[in-house]
Amino acid sequence: MNALAASATSTGEAVQFWVLGTVAVIGALCTILMKKAVHSALCLAATMIVLAVFYLANGAYFLGVVQIVVYTGAIMMLFLFVVMLVGVTAADSLKETLKGQRWLAAGCGLGFGILLIAGIGQASLSTFNGLGRANAAAGGNVEGLAELIFTKYVFAFELTGALLITATVGAMVLTHRERTERAKTQREMSQERVRGKHLPPLPAPGVYARHNAVDIAGLLPDGTPSELTVNKTLRGRGQIRDVSTEALADLKALEQRAEERLGREAGSDAGRDAGRDAGRDAGHERDGDGARGQDESEVAQ
Amino acid sequence: MNPVNYLYLAALLFTIGAAGVLIRRNAIVVFMCVELMLNACNLAFVAFSRMHGNLDGQIIAFFTMVVAAAEVVVGLAIIVSLFRTRHSASVDDASLMKL
Amino acid sequence: MENLIALLVAAPLLGAAVLLCGGRRLDRVGHWIGTALAAASFVVGVVLFGAMLGYDAEARTMRQHLYSWIPVEGFQGDIAFQLDQLSMTFVLLITGVGTLIHIYSIGYMEHDERRRRFFGYLNLFLAAMLLLVVADNYLLLYFGWEGVGLASYLLIGFWQHKPSAATAAKKAFIVNRVGDMGLSIAIMLMFTTFGTFAFGPVLEATGETSEGKMTAIGLMLLLAACGKSAQVPLQSWLGDAMEGPTPVSALIHAATMVTAGVYLITRSGAIFNAAPDAQTAVVAVGAVTLLFGAIVGCAKDDIKKALAGSTMSQIGYMILAAGLGPIGYAFAIMHLVTHGFFKAGLFLGAGSVMHGMNDEVDMRKYGGLRKYMPVTFVTFGLGYLAIIGFPGLSGFFSKDKIIEAAFASGGAQGWILGTVTLLGAGITAYYMTRVMILTFFGEKRWQPAPDPDKTASVEPGIEVHPGEMPHPHESPRSMTIPMIVLAFGSVFAGGFFSIGDRFVNWLEPVTQFDHPHPPISVPVITGMTVAVLLAGVAIAYLQYGRKPVPVVAPRGSFVTRAARRDLLQDDFNHVVLVRGGEHLTRSLVYVDHTLVDGVVNGTAATVGGLSGRLRKLQNGYARTYAVSMFGGTAILIAATLLMRAV
Repeated sequence: MNALAASATSTGEAVQFWVLGTVAVIGALCTILMKKAVHSALCLAATMIVLAVFYLANGAYFLGVVQIVVYTGAIMMLFLFVVMLVGVTAADSLKETLKGQRWLAAGCGLGFGILLIAGIGQASLSTFNGLGRANAAAGGNVEGLAELIFTKYVFAFELTGALLITATVGAMVLTHRERTERAKTQREMSQERVRGKHLPPLPAPGVYARHNAVDIAGLLPDGTPSELTVNKTLRGRGQIRDVSTEALADLKALEQRAEERLGREAGSDAGRDAGRDAGRDAGHERDGDGARGQDESEVAQ
Repeated sequence: MNPVNYLYLAALLFTIGAAGVLIRRNAIVVFMCVELMLNACNLAFVAFSRMHGNLDGQIIAFFTMVVAAAEVVVGLAIIVSLFRTRHSASVDDASLMKL
Repeated sequence: MENLIALLVAAPLLGAAVLLCGGRRLDRVGHWIGTALAAASFVVGVVLFGAMLGYDAEARTMRQHLYSWIPVEGFQGDIAFQLDQLSMTFVLLITGVGTLIHIYSIGYMEHDERRRRFFGYLNLFLAAMLLLVVADNYLLLYFGWEGVGLASYLLIGFWQHKPSAATAAKKAFIVNRVGDMGLSIAIMLMFTTFGTFAFGPVLEATGETSEGKMTAIGLMLLLAACGKSAQVPLQSWLGDAMEGPTPVSALIHAATMVTAGVYLITRSGAIFNAAPDAQTAVVAVGAVTLLFGAIVGCAKDDIKKALAGSTMSQIGYMILAAGLGPIGYAFAIMHLVTHGFFKAGLFLGAGSVMHGMNDEVDMRKYGGLRKYMPVTFVTFGLGYLAIIGFPGLSGFFSKDKIIEAAFASGGAQGWILGTVTLLGAGITAYYMTRVMILTFFGEKRWQPAPDPDKTASVEPGIEVHPGEMPHPHESPRSMTIPMIVLAFGSVFAGGFFSIGDRFVNWLEPVTQFDHPHPPISVPVITGMTVAVLLAGVAIAYLQYGRKPVPVVAPRGSFVTRAARRDLLQDDFNHVVLVRGGEHLTRSLVYVDHTLVDGVVNGTAATVGGLSGRLRKLQNGYARTYAVSMFGGTAILIAATLLMRAV
C-alpha cells in the first residue's frame, strides 16, 4: 500500500475512493441537514475519519494520524462538549426565517460548485508525481515533514505556537466571569437565614390547586392575595395575576346555580361585584403588557 | 484512477460546507460546517502534495490544522459566552451590535 | 453769530429728548417745556434773521461746521450747516408756525393723557425739519428728511388705538419709503458723479457733466419730492394722514413737511436747470397734482380731507412753479410761505370747529356756525379769502405770480400750464366756497353725537355722550390766538412780500431770478384770474347757498363718486402694486417650491431612497453577509475562468 500510494493509483485505491468518497459526501450532507447538533457532530466525525483514510491513501501518513487524533479525537470532542453545554436535546427548526436565504444559498452553492469543478477539470492535471521520492529523501514521511517544518517553515511554526497561546488565553478571557461582589461566608449566610423576616420557607403560590402558576398569588384565609407567595421579580414587573375575585365570582355563580335549582332567592352582595370589576381591570393591564412586549420585539427586528 | 478525483471530492465537500454555513442557524452547526470546509481544503492540499511530488502541501495542511484548532478554541468560547448572555445559540439572534 | 445755527436744531431736539425720556413726572409741565423750546428756536431764528439783514445781499450765507460725521478718505460726511436766504425763510416759517401750533395744541390736546408725548413728537419733528433746511449737504438733508418722516409716522399714528390711524401711519411711512429711496439713489448718483454731496460743490459743478446724468439725478429728486409732498403718483397717503390730531395736520401735512419737496427742488435748482427733461417732468407732476387735488377737494365731505385735497393742489402749484426754473423758484417759495399761513390757519379753524362740534368731521352736519364761533368764522374766512386768491390778500399775490410764470414759460407748454393753473384757481374757489358755505352758513344740520363704540373717528379725551346734540362754542384762547396771528399772516404776508418785489429780491442771490414775460399782458391775466375765481364762487353759491344741503350726500355723478374715492388712487395702487406684488411673490414662491426645492428635495429623496434600499442589505444577520461573500467568491471564480478562457 505504501508503494502504491507513493507512485500510482491502483484499482484498490479507486474502489476505496468511490466507496469512502460516497460515505464522506453523505456524512457532509448529513452534517448540514440533521436537526440535532449532536447528530451533525457525529456525521462530521465520520467524514473526518474518511478524510483521514484519504490522507493515508495519499501518502500523508503523519497528517492522517494527526487528523484522527487532533480533529476527530480532540476538536470533535470539544464540539460535543459545547453541544452538551448549550443543550444536547435542543433540536433546531430547519424552517428558514430569512426571506430568500435558502434560494440564494442554493444558487450560490450550485454556481460555486459547478464553477470550481469546471475549473479543476480545465486545469489539465492528468499527470502526477508520486510522493515516493519526496518521502524517501528524508527517510520517511514524518522525517520529511519535520525537516521542512524546522528549516523552511520554522518561523511560521513558531508563530503558530504564539497563535495557540493567544487562543488559549482568549478562550479563558471570553469565558471568564468576574465576581462583582464578595462571596458570602458561611457565617453570614446562616445569620441571614435565621435573623431574616421569614424563618420558615416562603408560602407557595397557587390558589385552591386550580391555579398553580408561579405568577398567581396564593390567597390568605380572608381571600386577599398574599404578595409573599410570588417571585419578587414578577412583582416588580407587575406580572402577577390576581384571580382572587375570579374564585369569589365562581363561588357566587355556583351558589346562584344551586339556589336556582333549589328555588331559593339569590342573596346579593355588593362587595363581590366590585371585586369582579377589579379583577377585570387587572386582566386588561396584563393584555397591555403583552402588546407592549410584542412592539419591542418588532423594533428589535 | 486519477488523483484529480480527490480534488473533485474536496470541491464538493467545500461547497456542501459553505451551503451549510448559509442555511443553518445553530452557531455550533455553522461552526462544524466551517470545519468541514477547512477539511476539504486540507484534502485538496494533500492531493496537490501527491501530484507535485513534494511535501509543502502537507505542511500547509498541517498548519491549517493548527490554526483550526486555535480557531475552534476561541470560536467555541465565543459561542458559550453568547449562549450565556442570550440563552440562544442562533446566529440570527445576534443581529444587533448590542445585547 | 454763525454758531447759533446749531442752537436752532438743538433746542427742539433737547425738548424731544427731555419729553420722551423724562417720563410721567413731566406730564404736568411737558407742554410748556415743548412750547418754550419751540419758541426759543423761533427767537434764535429771528436773531439770526436780524443778523442776516445786516449783511450785504450777496454775503448773507452763514455756515457752521459742527464736526466731521463720517470722515473717510474720499467720502466726507459732515454735520455742517448752511443758512442762506432760502433756509432762513424756511426757518422762520417752521419755527413761527410751529410755535403757534404748539400754543394751539396746549388747548387742543388738553384732555389727552398722552399730551407730553405729543409735544415730544412735535419737538422731534421741528428738530428734524430744521435740520433738513439748514443742512449744507444732501446726506444731512437726508437725515432730516428721514427724521420728519419718522415724526410724521409717529404723529399720524398718535391715536394708535384707532385702527384707521395706525393703518394711515403705516401707509404714509411706506409710501414715503418709495420717495426716500429716490432721494438716496439721487445722493448715490451725486457721489459717483461729483465725488461729494455738499450743496456748494455739487451745485457749482452741474454744468460739467452730461445732461443724461443730471436728468437721472433730477428725476430721482423729483421722486423724493413726490413722496414727501404727496404729488402724483405718490399722493395717496396725504388724505389718510388726516387721521392724526388736527395740529399735526396743520403743521406737518399743510404748512411745513409736505413742502419739503418744494424746498428740495428749489435747493437743487442748478441740477434741474441743467436738465430740461427733468424740469418738464416736474411741471407735469405739478400740473397733474394741481388738478387732481382740486378735484378730490371738491368731492370730500370730511372737512379735513377737503383741506388735504386743497393742500395737495396748492403744493402742485408750488412744484409746477419750481419746475419752471429761475422764473418760478421765488414764486414757489413765496406761495409756500403764504400757503403756510393760510392753510395752517384753515386747519386750525377746522380743528376749532371739530372741537366745538363733538369732533364731527362731516361738513354736511355743520351749517350755520358763524354765530356760535365768531372768531373761528372770521379767521377761517380770512384764510378762505386768501387761498382762493381774493385780490389784496396773500394768496392773490403769490398764486397770480405763479399763473403769470406759467404763461411765461413759452410756447405750447406755456399756454397749457397757464390754462391749467387758471382752471385750478377756479376749482380752488369752488371747493373752498363749498367748505365755507357748508360749515358756517345755511341752516343747522347738526346731528346727535354718534355712539363712540361704533365710530372710530372720535378723538380721545373729548367727552362725547351718545345721543347728545352738539353745543358749538368758541374755543379757548390758547387756540384762538394762533388762529388770529395766522389770519394776520394770511391777509398781509402776500402784500408785504410783493411790495417792490421784496421777497423775490431777498431770495434772488440763492435761487436766481428771471422776470417772466407772459405772452399776454399781466393785467389781463390778473383780470382773468379774478373772473375765474368769481365764477367758481358763484357756482358754489348757486349749488350750496341757494338750496338746502342734504345731510346724507347724494350719489352724484361718476366723477363725484370717483373723486370721493380719491380718484381711485387706492384702487389703482391695490390692483397694480398690491395685486401685482402678490402675483409676483406667488409665482416666485411657486418657482421656489417646484424648481429650487424640487432639485434639492429630489436629490435628497434620491439619496434617501437609495440609502433606504441599500440599508435593507445591512440587516445585521451574519448569514446574509455570508451569502454576499459566497456569491462574491463565485463571481470571482467565474471572472477568473472567463479571463483564462479569453
